[in-house]
Amino acid sequence: MLGVIYAIVAVGFTLYFGVLDVIKFSHGDILMVGAFAGLTTYIGIAGTFDSPWLQLLVLVLVSLSIAAFLGAIIARYLILPLQKAPPINTLLVTLMLGLALRELVRLFYPNGSNPKPFPRLLPGDGIAIGEFILRADSLILLATGVITIVAVQRLITKSKIGLAIRAVAQDSETARIMGINFRQIVLITFMLGSALAALAGLMNGLYYNEVNFSMGLLLGVIGFSAAVVGGLGNFYGAIVGGFLFAALQTVGAVLLPAILPSVPSAYKDVFAFAVIIIIMGLKPTGLISEKSSERV
Amino acid sequence: MKLLISTFIVCLIYCILLLGAENQLEVGALVAIAFVASLVGKKTGFMDRLAVAVSQRPSFPATASVIGVLVMMAVFHNSHFALLMLATVLIYSIVCLGLNIQFGYVGIVNFAGAAFFGIGSYTAAVLATHTAVPHLLVLFIAATISALIGSILIYPVLRTRGHYAALVTIAFGILFRNFLEVNDTLGGPQGLKIPPLTIFGWNLSDGLEVGGVEISFYIPYLVIALVLLIATFRITRNLERSWIGLSMDMVRTDEIAASTFGVNIAHWKIVAFTLGNFVAGLAGALYGMMTAYVAPNNFTFADSLILVSIVILGGIGNPWGIIPAAAIVVILPEKLQFIQEYRFLLYAIVVILILLFRPDGLLPRRVRQYFPASRAGGKE
Repeated sequence: MLGVIYAIVAVGFTLYFGVLDVIKFSHGDILMVGAFAGLTTYIGIAGTFDSPWLQLLVLVLVSLSIAAFLGAIIARYLILPLQKAPPINTLLVTLMLGLALRELVRLFYPNGSNPKPFPRLLPGDGIAIGEFILRADSLILLATGVITIVAVQRLITKSKIGLAIRAVAQDSETARIMGINFRQIVLITFMLGSALAALAGLMNGLYYNEVNFSMGLLLGVIGFSAAVVGGLGNFYGAIVGGFLFAALQTVGAVLLPAILPSVPSAYKDVFAFAVIIIIMGLKPTGLISEKSSERV
Repeated sequence: MKLLISTFIVCLIYCILLLGAENQLEVGALVAIAFVASLVGKKTGFMDRLAVAVSQRPSFPATASVIGVLVMMAVFHNSHFALLMLATVLIYSIVCLGLNIQFGYVGIVNFAGAAFFGIGSYTAAVLATHTAVPHLLVLFIAATISALIGSILIYPVLRTRGHYAALVTIAFGILFRNFLEVNDTLGGPQGLKIPPLTIFGWNLSDGLEVGGVEISFYIPYLVIALVLLIATFRITRNLERSWIGLSMDMVRTDEIAASTFGVNIAHWKIVAFTLGNFVAGLAGALYGMMTAYVAPNNFTFADSLILVSIVILGGIGNPWGIIPAAAIVVILPEKLQFIQEYRFLLYAIVVILILLFRPDGLLPRRVRQYFPASRAGGKE
């Protein structure tokens, strides 16, 4: 379940990196903004519609479009002007943008510094398989996540837009010569990535029934780690990385207290990040590395 | 020389006014004056004349700054808050000088600056509480431990580049804070108390009286911070001017070219990374002892970003830019109370604007000048 959310976030990072070779670090905070947009929409429409499914649909639509719009603005005014600057500048700009978004929500969203309850819109009853109870909402979320990832993968590999995105990712100069509207493709990619982030944010909110102004930071870093560990710019790497990180957290939570009784399971994040740092030392360009050669 | 001295006196009076101002309006007016003055100075060519004057007397700014700090110490000898801010500026400058060695010279961005700062504080806390190590020594042990823990990161940092290296430090920063939050021996989220610095049986936090005048207990800390800052500054400056700095510049600008010229990239990266973390740990230990308290919340990712933004604001690679940048970042939010709540937001926006419109920072680093203009014989 967590793996799917992480993988969706990581796919966003991968999209940006593949197309423009930039890291958009505000990705996690777009996710948070998406979740908050969803929450606000829910408060706005809660009285109008009765069916939770209809509410959910409106919620998803509004939140995704707000995030996509935000993504397009960021790409247009922050990422594209900095295209010629050193990559570290882009990284910093987006890091700072993430901080700014986080602070904006904390300061200006009503009572934004406290965690907010997220509406429980999915049916919570479970299906019992033996002793193991499978909750319907987890199942729906899991299915949504998998469908989304498959859909994005199909979009990238099969559709015309996907072809254009891949062309720009391969060689933006040539793509431009071939008549691809470079700017438009970049904007579309960022909209797609941001919408994915918002979806991940909503899924996270529906799963934990709580959203928090700082949830984006940790999810963003985890998504980034997953994308990097999988190999930046590699679609499958991102998915592998996402599930790997979720697995590490679970293993950390379960195994650490079992092996070392003095270590509580709260160390699961410490463990997961430590393993990530070790992997980076062993495989500096990720598990599935980029196919590129050094230009001298 | 006249120009330099008069500028110095004006700046000094300005700083004293700013630190002493209590009214929001006064502070606002002072900030506005500084902004207008810098614009006017730029338009009338005053800044250029100043730059030429400085280049003729390269040692003047350093002496002047030290005298400036001493004068301010004398003026505010009894007001705790102003001294605390002054000391914080100095300590932040020390940390950022360390980050500057990493980021400005060899080009490793350390997004875990606050973590190494925190390692220094926590080591000082543990050592000062549980052992009888002399406290001045504690500072250096804390710095060494910070450098040692940093060396765990060296292997992945060396093997990775660009975004991948950035991830390693980000992951470490978050790991560190998570670790502190869940670790009960280190106080968990509540943090630890640190006993005050004691030198040769003299408890620095008692304050002292000289000739009937009561002197704030921050003064001794300020003196130590000043001494450490001067030492760090001299080291960074000399590093930059030596062949080591030259090699480091080469590593930053083009690793492949550097290695074809026989520069050992790994070697210089290790030196810079370790030295930077050492300095950050040193400053962290002093800061911890001064404020007598450490908690994980002081070392968040946002704090690391602020440290990085000081380096960028000052002008990447230019040690001179760091001190005014640190002063702006530390003093402004403290003085303008209504900014306090919004400070992270403001920093973020300011850094974004700087990166978009003035990527070199306030005082951009200049191209190396091996001989002062007058001695080289040319006019320029």
